[in-house]
Amino acid sequence: MKNYMKMEFSARLENVTFARGVISSFLLNNDLTLNTINEIKTIVSEAVTNAILHGYQNNPVKLVDMEVEIEGNKLIIIVHDDGIGIDDVEKAREPLFTTKLREERAGLGFTIMDVFSDEMEVISAPNEGTTVICTKYLENVQ
Amino acid sequence: MTLKVEMFIKRHVLYVRFDGELDQHNVESLRVRIIELIDKYLIKHLVLNFSKLQFMDSSGVGFIIGRYNRLKRDNGEVILCAMNPSIKRIVMLSGLSKICTIKADEEDVNTYLGVA
Repeated sequence: MKNYMKMEFSARLENVTFARGVISSFLLNNDLTLNTINEIKTIVSEAVTNAILHGYQNNPVKLVDMEVEIEGNKLIIIVHDDGIGIDDVEKAREPLFTTKLREERAGLGFTIMDVFSDEMEVISAPNEGTTVICTKYLENVQ
Repeated sequence: MTLKVEMFIKRHVLYVRFDGELDQHNVESLRVRIIELIDKYLIKHLVLNFSKLQFMDSSGVGFIIGRYNRLKRDNGEVILCAMNPSIKRIVMLSGLSKICTIKADEEDVNTYLGVA
């Protein structure tokens, strides 16, 4: 059985907490382990933080959207912004690459999303926004 | 608030006990407070107690690296303790485990620092 949700929210950092809360509530009936839930929350946290800080440069007027789909044991998380986009996606995906060293960003967002997902796709171009699609195969899904 | 912190100082060691979730939203104000305390009280070591921290993402990693860079100038250390398995995984994955000292709990930290 397939279950799906989509939501849109202001590009404000406090909504990172909100987005994490939403996905864990959405998956509540799937009986996931605490460890799996934490991995999923981490993926969402990194993707949404990136959309707000990088995509929208912290502009709270803008909107981030998140879609979640679960079918069988396959979970797909899509986080999208219409922000400034990424010049070089390959470089951005490298561990420790950051454009915000002064703000103490570790440059590990994509690395962590990649490790916690089974597949990660990043679609972006300068001034054309960014879409991150993470697919994760869950164990012991009811 | 999604994060509560309790801080105290014992012989130039700043202890920070976390309760809740650490992300980019709450890391910013915390950074300002901790930088102030480190400078004002000549802090040598920073102890981060994660026993009640349920969640941390790469924002927390950036914050820890920043404090590590500051304290190592005066041969100080950042000591992490009482991490849950998810936070431990982020710490290992990010390489923080190579630059920070990791202890089981605050008691272990005190023994290690000799401030018990």
